[in-house]
Amino acid sequence: MTALAGAKDTEMVDNHKSASPDRVIDIEKLSLTFETGDGPVHALSDIDLKIEQGDFVSFIGPSGCGKTTLLRVIADLEKPTAGSITVNGVSPEEARLNRAYGYVFQAAALYSWRTIANNVALPLEIMGLSRSERQERIARNLELVNLTGFEKKYPWQLSGGMQQRASIARALAVEPDLLLMDEPFGALDEIVRDHLNEQLLQLWAKTSKTVAFVTHSIPEAVFLSTKIVVLCPRPGRIYDVIESDLPRERTLDIRESPEFLKIAHRVREGLKAGHSYED
Amino acid sequence: MTSTALAPSRSLNPFAGLMSGTTGPVIVVVLAIIGAWYIGAVALNTPFQLDTYERADRTNVPFSELVSDTLAQERPVLPAPHQIAVEIWETTVEKKITSKRSLIYHSGITLSSALLGFLIGTTLGILLAVGIIHSRVLEKSLMPWIIASQTIPILAIAPMIIVVLNAVGISGLLPKAMISTYLSFFPVAVGMVKGLRSPEVIDMDLMHTYSATRVQTLWKLRLPYAVPYLFTSMKIGMAASLVGAIVGELPTGAVAGLGARLLSGSYYGQTLQIWSALIMAAFLAGSLVALIGLVEKLALKRMGMTR
Repeated sequence: MTALAGAKDTEMVDNHKSASPDRVIDIEKLSLTFETGDGPVHALSDIDLKIEQGDFVSFIGPSGCGKTTLLRVIADLEKPTAGSITVNGVSPEEARLNRAYGYVFQAAALYSWRTIANNVALPLEIMGLSRSERQERIARNLELVNLTGFEKKYPWQLSGGMQQRASIARALAVEPDLLLMDEPFGALDEIVRDHLNEQLLQLWAKTSKTVAFVTHSIPEAVFLSTKIVVLCPRPGRIYDVIESDLPRERTLDIRESPEFLKIAHRVREGLKAGHSYED
Repeated sequence: MTSTALAPSRSLNPFAGLMSGTTGPVIVVVLAIIGAWYIGAVALNTPFQLDTYERADRTNVPFSELVSDTLAQERPVLPAPHQIAVEIWETTVEKKITSKRSLIYHSGITLSSALLGFLIGTTLGILLAVGIIHSRVLEKSLMPWIIASQTIPILAIAPMIIVVLNAVGISGLLPKAMISTYLSFFPVAVGMVKGLRSPEVIDMDLMHTYSATRVQTLWKLRLPYAVPYLFTSMKIGMAASLVGAIVGELPTGAVAGLGARLLSGSYYGQTLQIWSALIMAAFLAGSLVALIGLVEKLALKRMGMTR
């Protein structure tokens, strides 16, 4: 727990070989290099990471550390240039085709010509679900994010926080076991963010989903996560993996507790060290 | 406080309310244009009028008589607005629609081929755009031809189209409509390529995470995104279609249609006939474009894209 350098080696190499049944994501020696006009950019370098069923994992780091890229690799939105990755034991592409995950983007990305209900219905239409099944899932998931009664509204009629909640409902409607969230609350003010964090945590506790969550907020990462992955830039790599010993049932008050502050301190130290390492 | 202070001063000037909106200024501009037109008409028709006086051995004609005479010629160089208005009135309201001298009859003929050509052109434009955005091969092979097609003067290619289509046994409305198609598919194709490519990266990524097929992405993302582009393109295409239909009537010696009216008017120096056909064509184009604008407003409102 205390030795920062040791944290990198906590995962044993021989664990990779026998994929345990509840391992959701298994990443081994993964690298991703973008070829640009100014030469190669090493977005991700030598990433090793395991995520188990029911984990809430946060990726935190300064901009350019590859945290979003890592999430996009899991979602098959980017292809790694080296190393291996499995999602639910299969390749990310296969997992995507199996609709194994729901993805929540930085922006709500609601389609402006669709009402809130129809936005939630979008993935369900693509999956070819029956009308009654769609209606049932829309109602259930909008209720889950407290948006019942807004079905017939258009996105622009909702506040930013409500739009992001609608986009979470849309991701949940697919009923994935894995939720990938890329700074979903980054654009929101702190009051709304706190509220949504609490709601998200309740949701996670209720549904026992696995969540991979990108953020640049230390309190958010510590409050939400069972595991915090600290990344550092140039090349993007994992600096530290912190297993949180906070209880799964949390309220916002926990942020005042010494345990919380201790983990937050370690994250902060990791971010600082990861940065000075480069300079 | 200020409202009570403003109220009396507003009521003192009866035109203040009119000029505060857009109606007043628009009326002023229209009146200015009509005024300039009258001055132009007098100036342009004066030489012929002076000739007439000379032949009739009339001298010292008062200026007021000269003005009223220049505005009442049978074949003026530039007809006055009221002469055109009278001509349009006589050839629309006072003529049966079935009459060969009815402007409505001729407009109907041109309009039907313009609309048919517009429908075909719009459909063709959309299909081309869908093909182009999905296939680099199609883009590389079609785009140069599409652009080249628009660099050829329509007056040069119109007779060719009619001759070729006649040779394969197609005559009547369709050959003329093809010229409208030729002009109207282009703005729609170009606009729709732009529109279908306009979804944000994040919107495309979303479809990717759902493993949506190309067809699903087209229907559920690209086409809705392209709707505003489609309407803008259709407005240009509609006006071009009408031009195409009129131009299509010119080199083919058509006996009916607005183009035929322009043609026969210029044969016989019937400037009034030419101008009334021109005004009618402008009126038609304006109405059709306004109609598309109305449909656009309703469609975007229904799609929740306007606030």
